[in-house]
This record gives sequence, C-alpha cells and structure tokens, in this order.
Amino acid sequence: MKKTGLISELKNTVSSQIHKYTMIIALIAIWIFFQIVTKGIFLTPRNINNIFLQMCFIGIASCGMVFVMVAAQIDLSVGSVIGFTGSIIAVLIRNHNMNIVPALAITLVIGLLIGIWHGFWVAYMGLPAFIVTLASQMIFRGGVMGVTQGSTIQPNNDAFKAIGQGYLPSLFEFKDYNTTPLIVGILCIIAYIVLSIRTRKSRQSYEFEVSSLPSFILKMIFMSVVIYSVFVVWALDRGIPVPMVILFVVVAIMNVISKRTPFGRHVYAIGGNSEATQLSGVNVKLTMLLIFSLMGILSAISGVVYTSRLNSAAIAGGTGTETDIIASAIIGGTSPSGGTGTIIGCIIGALVMASLENGMSLLSLGSFEKYVIKGLVLLFAVAVDVQTRKRRGIV
Amino acid sequence: MTDYILEMKNITKSFPGVLALDDVSFRVKQGEIHALVGENGAGKSTLMKVLSGVYSHGTYSGQIIYKGKEQYYRNIADSEAAGIAIIYQELALCPNMNIAESIFLGREIQNKSKLINWSEMYKRTNELLDQVELDINPETKISHIGIGQQQLVEIAKAMSKNAELLILDEPTAALTDKESEHLLDLLRQFKEQGVTCIYISHKLNEVYSIADTITVLRDGQSVITSKKEDLSQRDLISHMVGRELEDMFPRVYQKPEDVVLEVENWSIEHPTIANKMVIDNISFSCRRGEILGIAGLMGAGRTELIMSLLGHYGKKISGTIRVNGEEVVINNSSDAIKKGIGLVPEDRKRHGLVLHQDVKFNTGLASFNDLSKNGLINDNELISLTNQQVDKLNIRTPSIEQLLRNLSGGNQQKSVLAKWLIRELRILILDEPTRGIDVGSKIEIYNIMNNLVAEGLAIIMISSELPEIIGISDRILVMHEGKFVKEFSKDDVTQEEIMHYATGGYDEKNRVN
Repeated sequence: MKKTGLISELKNTVSSQIHKYTMIIALIAIWIFFQIVTKGIFLTPRNINNIFLQMCFIGIASCGMVFVMVAAQIDLSVGSVIGFTGSIIAVLIRNHNMNIVPALAITLVIGLLIGIWHGFWVAYMGLPAFIVTLASQMIFRGGVMGVTQGSTIQPNNDAFKAIGQGYLPSLFEFKDYNTTPLIVGILCIIAYIVLSIRTRKSRQSYEFEVSSLPSFILKMIFMSVVIYSVFVVWALDRGIPVPMVILFVVVAIMNVISKRTPFGRHVYAIGGNSEATQLSGVNVKLTMLLIFSLMGILSAISGVVYTSRLNSAAIAGGTGTETDIIASAIIGGTSPSGGTGTIIGCIIGALVMASLENGMSLLSLGSFEKYVIKGLVLLFAVAVDVQTRKRRGIV
Repeated sequence: MTDYILEMKNITKSFPGVLALDDVSFRVKQGEIHALVGENGAGKSTLMKVLSGVYSHGTYSGQIIYKGKEQYYRNIADSEAAGIAIIYQELALCPNMNIAESIFLGREIQNKSKLINWSEMYKRTNELLDQVELDINPETKISHIGIGQQQLVEIAKAMSKNAELLILDEPTAALTDKESEHLLDLLRQFKEQGVTCIYISHKLNEVYSIADTITVLRDGQSVITSKKEDLSQRDLISHMVGRELEDMFPRVYQKPEDVVLEVENWSIEHPTIANKMVIDNISFSCRRGEILGIAGLMGAGRTELIMSLLGHYGKKISGTIRVNGEEVVINNSSDAIKKGIGLVPEDRKRHGLVLHQDVKFNTGLASFNDLSKNGLINDNELISLTNQQVDKLNIRTPSIEQLLRNLSGGNQQKSVLAKWLIRELRILILDEPTRGIDVGSKIEIYNIMNNLVAEGLAIIMISSELPEIIGISDRILVMHEGKFVKEFSKDDVTQEEIMHYATGGYDEKNRVN
C-alpha cells in the first residue's frame, strides 16, 4: 500500500511541477542523444567539465538577466558589455601592468556604472529597456573597438588566467586523482541534507504541505548522487574549476537575494503588478535602478571570466552571447512577460544551452546549424511558457 | 404601433452569477430623445450592448424590433449597417490619427486604383464637422483636441454612417458646462432633422432639459417609462433607488474621538483641460473610531480625491493634509504608508494585489523592509503575521501559500486588508470595498470595518451603493463634480436625498422632505 502511495505522490509532484522538470528531462535527453551520436565522447569527464566551463560566464550573466526579466524588462546589451568589460581588464593588465586586484575592482565599478546608466534611462526617464539596451549594444561594441584599438589583446597573466581557467589544488596526494572535489563534494552533500531537513522541519512547524517522508528521502538520495557525480567528474579530470566556484558563489548570493531580501521580493512584485507594488509603498524606480545595477556588475564578472578563459580580448568578444543568456533564463522558466523565474532554473537553462553548443561542436557542425538549432530551441521554450500560462489562465 | 422606431421586448441577459437584465422591455418613439436613467450597475450599458450587437443575438433572450422588423445582430457592424450608432462613455478614438482618418477608419474613401482619396475624405470631414459645429482642421490629430471636441468627432462619425438612432452613454461626464450646453443644443437640432436619440445620463437636470421620455432601470429591471412632464424629479429619484434598507448592515457605532485626518482646501486641476478642476477646493476631516462615507456618482472625482491624498494621482495639486494635527507632505504611497494611511483600492486586481503570488507574499507586500533584519526578511514573522490575519479576517484559503488568483473576490479583498492590518495603521481608505463580492462576504467585510473602528482606526469609505453608505457610515459627504455638496449625519438621511445632491440638485429648490 505504502509503495503505491509513494508512486502516485511522485506522479503528482511531477505533473504539478511539470514545467520545472521538463527542462531537466530535456537536458537528460540532450545528453543521451549526444552521447549516442558522438559515440561516447560526450559524457567523458573531460568533456563534461568543458560543458561546465562553457556555461560559467553565461550562467553568471543570466542570473542578472533573471532579475531583469522577472521585472518585465530586457537587457540586449549584455553581449557588448561582456566584451567591453573583458577588454578593459585585459588592457589594464597587459598595457598598464596593473595588478589583478585593482584591475578587477575598476572593471566591476565600470560594470556597475553601465548598469546605473541603463537603470537611469529605463526607470527615471521612462524609456523602454529594449531601446536603451539596444543602443548600449552598439555603444559598447564601439567601446570594445576603442579600448582594444582593433587588435587582439592577450593579458598572459597567471593570476588573471586562473579566474577562467584555473583549478583548486589537490588537498593531498592519492594516486593521480585530485582529492579536493571528493572532500568538498561530501561537505556539499552534508550541507544540502542539513538545509533540506531544516526547511522541512520549519515548514512542518507551520503545518505547511510537505512531501511524504519516503519521497523526501528518495529526493535527497537522488540529489546527493547527482551532486557527488559532478564532483567525481572533477576528481577524475583536473579538480574543481575556479570559474565554477565563482558561479556557485554568484548563484548562492542571487538565490538568497531573490527569495529572502525585500529588494528581491520587490522585483517579483514589480513584475507581477507594478502599479499595486507602487501603491504598497515600494520605490519602484529605485528598485528598477538596482536591478540594472546588479545586471551591470554581473555582466562585468561574466566579462572577466569570459576573457580570462580565452586569455584574449578581441573586437568581436561577447558578440551574440546576449541571445544565449536570454535563452538560458527563458529555458529555465523565466517568463518574458515578467513576474516569474528562478535563479536555479536559469542555471539549468545555461546548462542546456552549453550542452547544445558543446555537442554540436563535437559533431563539427558549422555556425549555420548551431545558430538555427539554438534559435529553434529558444522559440520552443517560449512556446512552452506561453502554453503553460494559457493553461493556467494567466494570459 | 408604427410610431416606435425601436422595441426591445422581454430582454433577459445573465452573466455567471449575475442576472444583469431581467425581462426588460424598452420602447423608443420615432424622432424623440429618450433618456435612460438608473444607478451604477442598474443595467443601462448592458441593455445598450445588447441593442448594438456587442452581445450577439443568441447570448440573450428576448426580441429586438427595429423599424418594424425583428433584428438579429451578430456584432456592431450589423447594427451600424441598420443605422444604429453608439457613442461610449470612454471614447474609442486613436489619439495618433487625425480627425478625418478617425471618422473614416475602416471605411476609408478610395479612388479607382484602391488608394485613399485624401482630398475627398477631408472634404467630407469638413461637411460633417460643420454639421456638429466644430470649426477645426480635419488634419488635426485627435491627441491635440480636447475631450469635448473628441465627443463631437464621435458624433460626426456617427452621422457619417447615416445613423438614425443615436445612443449616447454619459456623453457629458468629462465635459465642461459650456461644452455640455453645446452638445445638448446639437442633439435638439438633430431631433428636428428626424434623428432619434437614446440618452444615458446620471445628471438629472440635463435629462429634464433635453428628454421627451424617461425610462428608469433598477437592478436589471425597467421600473417605469413616462413622459417627462408626468414624472417629478422626486418620483424619478425614488424609482431609481427603490430598495428598502435590509438587515445587511450590522453597524456598531463608536463614539468618535480626536481628529486623525484633516484635509484643507484640496484642489486638483484637470491634467489636460484648462480651467477644469477635478477636485475643487475640498475640506474635510475624519476622527478615530469613525466611518466617513463619501457618496457620489461615477466620475464625481471620489477616486481621484483619495488617490491624490496618497500621492498617486494629479500633478497640479494645492491644499494641506494634517495627520494627528501635524501638517504632512505626501509625495508617494511610501510617504502615506509611513503616516499610517492604507488604501484598499477600487480595482483590487490592478491596484491592490500581485495575483500570481501567494497569500503570504501579498500580505507582506507593503512591509518587506520592516520585516527584515540584517537585510534578510524574517520569514517566520511574516508567516505568523499572515496566519494571524487569515484567522482574524477569516480568509478562506487552503494554505497561505495559495496563489491569489485562485481565491474568490471576497477572499482577495480580505487579502488586501491583511496587507494593511499587519502594519500600524491610523487611517484606512476603502474605495468601493464590496464591489463584485457576494453578499456573505460583504457582511463579513462590514463586520471587519466595525472591529477596526472599535480598535481606534479612522475609516474613509467610498461607495456607489447607497444602502451600503447609509448603513455603514457615521457621516456621509456627497460629492458632485469635484466638490462636496452636502454633509449628512447617519440619523438624518435617505437614499433619495443623497441621490438628489449627487445628481447636481441644490439646497434651495426640490429639497426632498
């Protein structure tokens, strides 16, 4: 009896949160597909790590994009801003022999200023974000050309390279493996389990709905296996990549901001009903300015990681990445019409986009096929969003 | 029989849960001006939508006989083709188009090669504008002319379709006195040319000045049709109001204490029309433990008044507000909230709630900053505050994590109340608090209001429902065209008296009782 109860509950969970799970199912399907057509190259530790590295800078920027889009805005300039901030740090290090720390600080401040610039026009001048950021797309593409003087700049600085290419060192020797991931992985699982149990207990104390104990345990076991497999992959490869650590920190902070801070909750309120939010005493304009400021900083971090990984800043740097970033957010369940979206979702979306890109590269497909397929995936994701909204009767 | 241009027989139209029209019969004679009057929600607009085909044949029961033949309109195009033109309260012109384009929208005059014949269109427009006595270039953009002139353009448009039956829904609601006078003159001229007119209005002096026949609708039924001469204004009002006060209003009176809110010489200029005031030098006050009712008809300026007090409406405002005797400046809702003023808006879905968030989120909406410590929201406190309000207000929801859009109107309204009641409030403003809410929830909301004034709150309630405003308020202010025209105390008022002042009646003449 208990078993059938569990199965039907699992069915219920899956059907009620189908949107959340469609993308995970899609991700697994994409992986299986590429694993078959690449004859087993796709799911090797080395290649999986490549996918993670590819998704890092996309994931960082799309965390900001989630906030922008939840507030029912858009940022089309992010590709150019990534190129611009990336070229600035490259020039500061290479041409001005600047130390990594001040160079990084200057770059992040420039990202912040770009965000404030966008926020000023959108929130206080009342221009549509679409136009403001389209203008910035051109402005900062021009900026990249100005900063790099049209040449490709290679910083060749070890500390800088580590940001996008480095790995955390092994804690102690054990054969050829990097042992750090194995230990950090265990710590992560413990943290995950402790947090899950605490949330569940607190929900129970308020008599909120919780999943049954067996399905809760099942979910924890499943998630622990998933988490640890990622760390095992890194142990088998070269260890935990530094950009992944940066992405993890960004995700953790943005997740808390979105769920636990007044600012984060106001973002969702504005996207859901800006007028009611205003009448509830929220400073909608200031909140909008902060959203774009955050987007600016995250674009700059993304630009640094991107440039460091390539160890070069060129005039075309970051071109076209805005579509990947917006697509990641949408595939991860952020609605283009505002009000809904999650940080965790957009990371899954970024993983989907990176997997597609990587798999198609392994198949040596050209830019032609890559662009067409990624475009279709984006279209499909929006279609799914519109359909779910219609079913729920929101539109 | 044949002298009736229009006969609507036994029209019944229902919406889910509401019987909007209940066996209404309505006859209009050829060449007359027939006024249709009634309270908000009496069914006037619904009846006209049935007539014009907005509600297509088959969605209502009953017969429409126009010029002696039964009609089956599927849409507005059908009724327009038959010569019926309707001009709505909210004008339906595109602001970015010019006058000629607006008049011929969808029926552009074309030459042989199917291109627009502009010179012919401007010529025709000039002729039409002459007819409505509007001396203006047909190439002027709609956004550059005033509401009164736009109204005339709408009428010119109707004339261009050779309308024989013209329906005007509250045409003078946004017009100045002079513009209204001009419009009424024009209608008298049309009447001489043989055009029949149905005139919907709240303003009884206008109705008496222009109409030949008057029909009163109340609660979806036609109460009386009479020649103007045979119906005194006093009888007309009692037909409009009609109802008895039932035991719907469980009011427990408090002894009002010290003054909490004082508004003095409050004026707002109209945003686009020069020399027209939306709010005209209003002064009033409200005490702790008191429910102050503001009565008036749609468009009297009640919502604009309270929205301006909260800093959410109006640019050219003058006057002072005092809270607890202290003069305050309120530039936005945040300032108002800091002074302890909360608003339960008329349109709760648009101004009050985030529908696709849950009860907990909406309860915390105005308080996230106050609920947070070290930058993080104290979720436990929000949960316990929300639970308290769910119990206190009896919000019927399976969980405080239920999304607002899944709750009934009454429970959504209580959720807006919860947003304010978790805060320390001095003044609660309720704008049409029971609109669209079932009777059971209405009584619950009245009881909540009772409890709140007992706790020392001052409540200001705007309502268009006269029984409600009489049954619940301690004092009633009647608003007409941006002014408070009369104050009543709870013991000394009838619905007829309120209606008299709300429709623009004066103290000297026609004073009821």
